[in-house]
Amino acid sequence: MSATEKKPIEKVMIICAKGTIEDVYASLVMANGAVMEGIETKMFFTFFGLDAITKKTMHKLHTGTVGNPAMRMPGGLPFPTLLGALPGVEAGVSAMMRKQMAALDIPTVDEFLEMITAGGGEIYACKLAMDMFKLKKNDLHEEVLDVLTIGQFYEKADGDRTQIIFT
Amino acid sequence: METKLIAGVNVNLSEDGYMTDSSQWNKEIAKELAKELNIELTETHFQLLNYLREKYADGEVLTIRKVGKSGIVDIKGLYKLFPGGPLKYSSKIAGIQKPTSCV
Repeated sequence: MSATEKKPIEKVMIICAKGTIEDVYASLVMANGAVMEGIETKMFFTFFGLDAITKKTMHKLHTGTVGNPAMRMPGGLPFPTLLGALPGVEAGVSAMMRKQMAALDIPTVDEFLEMITAGGGEIYACKLAMDMFKLKKNDLHEEVLDVLTIGQFYEKADGDRTQIIFT
Repeated sequence: METKLIAGVNVNLSEDGYMTDSSQWNKEIAKELAKELNIELTETHFQLLNYLREKYADGEVLTIRKVGKSGIVDIKGLYKLFPGGPLKYSSKIAGIQKPTSCV
């Protein structure tokens, strides 16, 4: 065994706690990418991240137009925070972003979930956050395997080469 | 780049083992490449390999989503055919370059 032997990741646990388009997609792309690389993958959606697996909200994710210094106008000019605060602006920008993603052939949220589970990935929801938001298992997309406590999720993180990623 | 004798042909390979000249490919080479990945090729495998080669020749960027809509297999089926590397392993066996997409 040489000192330069590579030790690939064998399992990733990805926790998604936010419900903006960019946070949810970062988690989904990482999870799907891991599954495609043959890495055992488990996702845990908590707090506002639950929006991504709730049937009613999963297709209406928004990106924040207030307090986001990286936000730009289509031409590249800075996007004033005050403009982002106007009614309807956030919805418009978010719709534009989703349209742009569809044009690049990026899957929708539910399709992404199906791709991840098709490859053997597992999707979980956080029990505490479910109780807080008064959600039932029925409110969640059918690809969600189970509702877990954080302790149960950690129990699944066994193995030497496991990484936990929080987005 | 290196060359390796596979099924009687001197095949050009990239550092990570992908064929750099897809015109050298034939079914016997595919079988040998698949064997290295512990995959036994079936008729469905070959249908899919041909599909990948056609799309590749057209310059399309391949994703598992696209393959899932090919009408040959769905995404679940693709994972069954090429366990642990649906796009990577299938591309390798199809004699095309390593996939460059993130989805």
